[in-house]
Amino acid sequence: MPSTRDIRRRIKSVKSTAQITKAMQMVASSKMRKAQLAALAGRPYAVLMNRVILSASQDSQDFVHPLMEKREIRKRGVLAVSTDKGLCGALNSNMAREVMKLDRDTTVFVTAGKKGAQFIARTKRMLAAEFLYKDAPVFAEARAISKKLQEMFLNGEVDCVDVIFTRFVNTLTQRVEVRRLLPIGETQMLLNETSVTSQPKAEQEQRATPEAGGLEHLFEPGAEHVLGAILPHFLNFIVYQVLLEAKASEHSARMVAMKNATDNAKQLIKDLTLEYNKLRQANITKELLEITTAQMALG
Amino acid sequence: MANTLKLEIVTPESKVYSEDVDMVTLPGIEGEMGIFPMHVPLMTQLAAGELSVRKGGQEFFLAVGEGFVEITGERVSILTDMAIAAENIDEAKAEEARQRAEARLAEKLDDEEVAMVKATLDHSLAQLRVKRRHR
Repeated sequence: MPSTRDIRRRIKSVKSTAQITKAMQMVASSKMRKAQLAALAGRPYAVLMNRVILSASQDSQDFVHPLMEKREIRKRGVLAVSTDKGLCGALNSNMAREVMKLDRDTTVFVTAGKKGAQFIARTKRMLAAEFLYKDAPVFAEARAISKKLQEMFLNGEVDCVDVIFTRFVNTLTQRVEVRRLLPIGETQMLLNETSVTSQPKAEQEQRATPEAGGLEHLFEPGAEHVLGAILPHFLNFIVYQVLLEAKASEHSARMVAMKNATDNAKQLIKDLTLEYNKLRQANITKELLEITTAQMALG
Repeated sequence: MANTLKLEIVTPESKVYSEDVDMVTLPGIEGEMGIFPMHVPLMTQLAAGELSVRKGGQEFFLAVGEGFVEITGERVSILTDMAIAAENIDEAKAEEARQRAEARLAEKLDDEEVAMVKATLDHSLAQLRVKRRHR
């Protein structure tokens, strides 16, 4: 049986925990708003870019850009996007689960975010590079990552590059997704999901029907030149969008996790206070009883 | 067949424009291009400059940054890093950005920075050009 003092102490400690989680919840929710807007704003660009690339890659059969070259897959490159900090629900463990599914010997990892890098290192997998990205991802960070990925692909270090990240669906739902980045052309899968969740119907139909009559595109000043410019840019942007999605997911997940923690702490305080009062009452009753018995014995 | 073009202009921040129009004139990397409906499918790069849109006898102007254009018979999709309608351009701000960029160019920078500063410079120049022409 704990003493009243023990219970009082516990209440105090739970209260201060609640205060911290409450503060974190507030911070996360204000960051979340910004991150969500950023992630959603980038989607139309990504979708349109996707469509452009798709039709372009179909129409340039005579020319294969190095970034579109399909090879037999012996080594896989994976970009794992995680968070820097914990306390964000199941986000990182969901990602870790996807990572575990991959073959240890033939997969090379590139990570964005500290938690992912730690996990890869702890499980002794191959880590080629480790990147950080800020709370508000900037394009330069995405460019650095995508440059590394392109180098790895072009050098033949890896034969394809996938990305594992959490897509932001809404505040309560974030989904881990594995998508192919390189070679481009298979990339179209990357954003299909987006269009389902965020694009109006008309848009989807338009996307679904291939361009009228299957006319071939002309390129000016030439397929090599145009594709050479658009493909790296496309990759940079996709990586950027992935970072934005990951950030939006992180803040949303953290907000929800912290809200749950605060609610739990409040419930705990309530229960403990009840227990404390009961105990206090019992003690008083006991003391009264002792006093009256003592008096009766004397009298 | 359709006798209008669906013009879509999208930047990383937002969807700037999405409407049916009669004609688009855009600054291609190899010179100005006028696009009418039923144009042959074409893909090209966009240079920073002035984009004009004709719709129902009226003309609109936008300042655009570099980017890519995909043209099909009924659609023009423009992906660019900047697109501002002429009436929304803040001339003083653009002028200031131009000067800042020019000052930065005089400093020693690595290639990536140079590219970035050049892009900003092009953006502000495009804005100024559009604004001064349509006063």
